[in-house]
Amino acid sequence: MSNKTILRYTANQRTNHWLVAMLFFMAGLSGLALFHPALFWLSNLFGGGPWTRILHPFMGVLMFVLFLGLVFRFWRANYFIANDRTWLRRIDRVLVNDEDSVPPVGKYNAGQKLLFWTLLLCMLVLLFSGLVIWRAYFSEYFGITSLRWAMLLHALAGFVLILSIIVHIYAGIWIKGSVSAMMHGWVSRAWARKHHELWYREVTRDERPDPPMRKKGH
Amino acid sequence: MASQDIVARSATTTVPSSVRNLEEVAKLIDTTKCIGCKACQVACSEWNELRDEVGHNHGTYDNPQDLTAETWTLMRFTEHETDAGNLEWLIRKDGCMHCAEPGCLAACPSPGAIIKHANGIVDFNQDHCIGCGYCITGCPFNIPRISQKDHKAYKCTLCSDRVAVGLEPACVKTCPTGAIVFGSKEDMKEHAAERIVDLKSRGFDNAGLYDPAGVGGTHVMYVLHHADTPTLYAGLPSDPAISPLVSLWKGVSKPLALLAMGAAVLAGFFHYVRVGPNRVEEDEHPDPPDTSVHTVDPSVHTFDPRGEDRP
Repeated sequence: MSNKTILRYTANQRTNHWLVAMLFFMAGLSGLALFHPALFWLSNLFGGGPWTRILHPFMGVLMFVLFLGLVFRFWRANYFIANDRTWLRRIDRVLVNDEDSVPPVGKYNAGQKLLFWTLLLCMLVLLFSGLVIWRAYFSEYFGITSLRWAMLLHALAGFVLILSIIVHIYAGIWIKGSVSAMMHGWVSRAWARKHHELWYREVTRDERPDPPMRKKGH
Repeated sequence: MASQDIVARSATTTVPSSVRNLEEVAKLIDTTKCIGCKACQVACSEWNELRDEVGHNHGTYDNPQDLTAETWTLMRFTEHETDAGNLEWLIRKDGCMHCAEPGCLAACPSPGAIIKHANGIVDFNQDHCIGCGYCITGCPFNIPRISQKDHKAYKCTLCSDRVAVGLEPACVKTCPTGAIVFGSKEDMKEHAAERIVDLKSRGFDNAGLYDPAGVGGTHVMYVLHHADTPTLYAGLPSDPAISPLVSLWKGVSKPLALLAMGAAVLAGFFHYVRVGPNRVEEDEHPDPPDTSVHTVDPSVHTFDPRGEDRP
């Protein structure tokens, strides 16, 4: 068996991911500043209340555009397959690091796929509700009821997004090897086999079994 | 000068400085006495040094067309045909109602940008305003406006500067028919009651006071000839209240959401503490062949009946 590591994310994919992550933190922290008085001090990170109000929507729109890049790169790998249902049903075993009894999954497990679609939904809601409540440019075109719904949905989607990202970040801390996969791109074969066996089989399908030892050249 | 009479302060979760007790004030606008001269609009603009841009005539007496960041009060004219076929010209001086439970204050995310004084005046402090427009979303009366010059929210102050030194608001001072009066809220209610008795004796059976309970009462009240249908008066809401959408958005849901976020972080931390990280047993560098010398106990035999035959 070959000992080569496997490339999980290309340089472009990694760059795209971390740009979205940075913008998530900026849009997220500035959004939280306006979310609840207890967090208004976060507006100091952005130069005060008015600057927070000015910058937040631009950061949000940029995050959405870059997130679309991730969607186009990864959406096919996030289709659900039959094993995902079983995987989800046995999530309790996954959570105690007992993966022997869960079915093999593809490039992403069911949890990651759920996260992907949740993030996409949240991003869409945030974008459209955010445009409605963007006072400087768009709010004048909407009635008060639309504005109120948009305010509510924006806060709700932001909350769900942040909660999802907390789970996402913790999963990275918990599953050793996944942060480095997104940092430098490579995972070990054992990692791929343990966590994403179907994907592992797929990416190693073309490899011929180890050729028999030959004396040639030695 | 420090304020010691602030009974409510936006985006503030502790009690604001409120030791000073002031009597609640109110402005009473008697629509039945109003002749639509707009002197109140001019007085407002004069006292507050506001000069709105000259607009266009849209075929109504409403001038300007709407409230703006520089027009804090506005006469709204409605031609109403009664069941008897008479034309009534209903004129309502629109502006901030100074609610006892202000929706703008509930919605505002910036600490101290909106305050409510003990005398009932709801005031915007533009120094703290960040221009988000949440107050507009929260207001049941469609009053606050964001200035396109400085992106701050503006509305009627009930001349808080004048009232603070014992003067009546500028619009009250200037009103030539006495349609606008100002005093303690109790006195104004009493005055309104007298007016309503008078109106009823003149055939306005539905005359009444507009002091809507849905927002805890207001510190700007109307005497209406048709108090049963306030919407006749250019859409004055018949039962104004902070929208349930705003209450949901600004109510208990946000502290709960913060709690949920904190709980998620804690759950992760303790999952790590109790279950621990998920590591891969690295098999990329298989153990080197075992070259050490083993001692074999000849008395121990392992027997596997199928061992050798298995494929």
